[in-house]
Amino acid sequence: MAKRTKIRGLTLQFLPYAEIENLDSTERIKKLLEIILKNKVIILQGRLKADEETRLIEDTMVLVGNIKGFKGIELAVISPNPEERSIFSRMKHGLANALVGQTDALTIIGPAAVIKEMKKDPKKLEIMMSGK
Amino acid sequence: MVIRIIKNFFKRIFADMFKKKKHVSLGFYGPPNAGKTSLANRICKDWTGEEIGKVSRVPHETRNVQFKEEVEIKYKGKTLTFKLVDTPGIATKIDYEDFMKFKMKKKQSQKRAKEATQGIIESIKWLDDMDAVVIVVDSTENPYSQVNVTIIGNLVARKIPVLIVANKIDLKKSNIKKCESAFPDYDVVGISAKYGKNMEEFYESLFNLAKQAS
Repeated sequence: MAKRTKIRGLTLQFLPYAEIENLDSTERIKKLLEIILKNKVIILQGRLKADEETRLIEDTMVLVGNIKGFKGIELAVISPNPEERSIFSRMKHGLANALVGQTDALTIIGPAAVIKEMKKDPKKLEIMMSGK
Repeated sequence: MVIRIIKNFFKRIFADMFKKKKHVSLGFYGPPNAGKTSLANRICKDWTGEEIGKVSRVPHETRNVQFKEEVEIKYKGKTLTFKLVDTPGIATKIDYEDFMKFKMKKKQSQKRAKEATQGIIESIKWLDDMDAVVIVVDSTENPYSQVNVTIIGNLVARKIPVLIVANKIDLKKSNIKKCESAFPDYDVVGISAKYGKNMEEFYESLFNLAKQAS
């Protein structure tokens, strides 16, 4: 069995939505993967579009096949439950999401070498770290 | 001008009346080891007598998209023809060392990992060609995984109807209630593809899904 490396520290990089807002899908994915390849965990304000999420998975798989030691990513999106909001609040957030994107969500993306697993349920997100 | 508008109007009406979809392209999507191939095999065996692919307890057994054309399914006097498309499980990470836990050699594990990454890319590419999709989840696992959410989000964006199948209900740890609460906007059917449990309800939901696709 191959040796697992010990994690000496963990870097969380906060990425405000404004930093990716004006980028096209290709540039967004590139920016995220560049950070991940530095073994940093991204906390992105908002969330990617559905097709960008799959594009991120596709590009990750291409890197897994081509970058030695890169095993992929762990990804989780946490967002408020719309059912817990009033109709007025839902309308307000729906309009805001349509105009500026879903900025009330948080996307956590990390390299699989650093994050072993993310367990999500409606109330919490548990992050299990890799390494012994 | 007026004649052309009237002509186009009737053309559209008649085209819709006589347009009959030859078959429904039905995709099986989901995370690895959820039982996509087991379900596709169960359907194929029920209606054609043949299987679509090999199943294994080792994840990423299906690493290429596999098909079965012209699968005619009958339910309550109605007949529908499907093209079944069984896809490799979608994951965000592949570690060849995970395969070594199943007593695979290093080289063999690395080969499997490489094929698995290509399979995931292939699965995603195929999303556009589906008329309807069955998402197979393992009912003993946490249904809130981002892979499930991402697949559903993509299908919604592409306006492709979705049915969720909570597989492995024969196992003690199975929790269909949790699957239902994770996907409140979708029809969730609990089955055991391995033992053919609750397939009647599955076929009923499948016909409802096909209706949305036509």
